Amino acid sequence: MTGDTALIATPSQTVGPFFHHGLVPHADPMADRFPGGERIRLLVRVTDGDSQPVSDALVEVWQRGVFGRMPTREDGTCEFETVRPGTIPDERVESQAPHISVCLFARGLLRQLHTRIYFAGDPALAEDAALGTVPEERRGTLLASPDPTRPGHWVFDVHLQGERETVFFDV
Amino acid sequence: MHGRSDLFGSQPPLLYPPYRSTTRRAPSRPLIRLPESLSDLHMPVYGWWPIGETDNDLTRQHPEEPQGQRITVAGRVVDEDARAVSGALIEIWQANAAGRYRHAKDAHPAPLDPNFTGGGRTVTDADGRYEFTTIKPGAYPWRNHDNAWRPAHIHFSLFGSTFRTRLVTQMYFPDDPLFPYDPILQSIPDERARHRLVSRFDLELTRPECALGFSFDIVLRGHDATPFEGRV
Ligand SMILES: [Fe+2]
Repeated sequence: MTGDTALIATPSQTVGPFFHHGLVPHADPMADRFPGGERIRLLVRVTDGDSQPVSDALVEVWQRGVFGRMPTREDGTCEFETVRPGTIPDERVESQAPHISVCLFARGLLRQLHTRIYFAGDPALAEDAALGTVPEERRGTLLASPDPTRPGHWVFDVHLQGERETVFFDV
Repeated sequence: MHGRSDLFGSQPPLLYPPYRSTTRRAPSRPLIRLPESLSDLHMPVYGWWPIGETDNDLTRQHPEEPQGQRITVAGRVVDEDARAVSGALIEIWQANAAGRYRHAKDAHPAPLDPNFTGGGRTVTDADGRYEFTTIKPGAYPWRNHDNAWRPAHIHFSLFGSTFRTRLVTQMYFPDDPLFPYDPILQSIPDERARHRLVSRFDLELTRPECALGFSFDIVLRGHDATPFEGRV
């Protein structure tokens, strides 16, 4: 291995169904890292091409240097306790709307999938550079929605396939 | 069109019908390429889990030793320019010597080992090096196709210096006769890239009267400047 020639990267392989003793949950409330932000519970729900829950996925989220990860349950969901991005008092404004980055793993995924969670109704969405690369009719798949029955609860659906297939990014 | 992550032929496609679960889970629309300036997110600033004393020795996590062939797995984590990646968190998980995972949903009728959990973690040193002690996992059957067996493997997860270098993969053992029948390994189009996942028996790493040594180096993505054809 010399410095002149680029190396072939190690290929990705699926996490398979039995990762739980290796990729342990990182379940501490992310909200504790963001004092003063608007606390929310974010439910992520993963479904496959038959609209069936994906009960053996692993969801990793990244929000301004803070990491969380949870396996999905039987109903294909997992939950994070964090703050709504953009509500932290000293948060600096970038060319991007407030969002949470997602990395998704599952049996049947030979590589991880990357997506982003934006928040419906945010006026900054129109200015976001990443959303700008997404065809308009698909942007809605990147929005979390407020749960009308439970204040402070947001839901983000990940559709791996189908009419409402979520936008995934090549990062 | 191919996106950045399959540009090099080193990565498996998302849809690979011989691996049946991909057919209802692989997204059908092309990935949308994010400009690099937007995707190059840095790793968490608050550090990782504390690493426990026996976290990189899967044979010492219970009162007694697990069944099976004791092995050392060690290597170096580098980027595509062969520069050491230090401080990378590595997590592993594996089946026991009989090919059974300690997992509620593993229905393989092989015995569990009360002295083996099968999970480990460590962090690379300044030179990118890591080392685990464990036992050699058994091959196990799965339901993908008739008489399907996975070659013995250890699952690896790595966090490099940025979000883009996140990698989950599997390490195999040399000369496994199951390789040609395994759609998960065969999903990788390029033979040299497949070879990256096969560890090498290493007499230097082998500890006398104790453990066989296997070396396994890992190359994390660094940049996209070099086309696949020019790589080694
Ligand atoms: Fe496995």
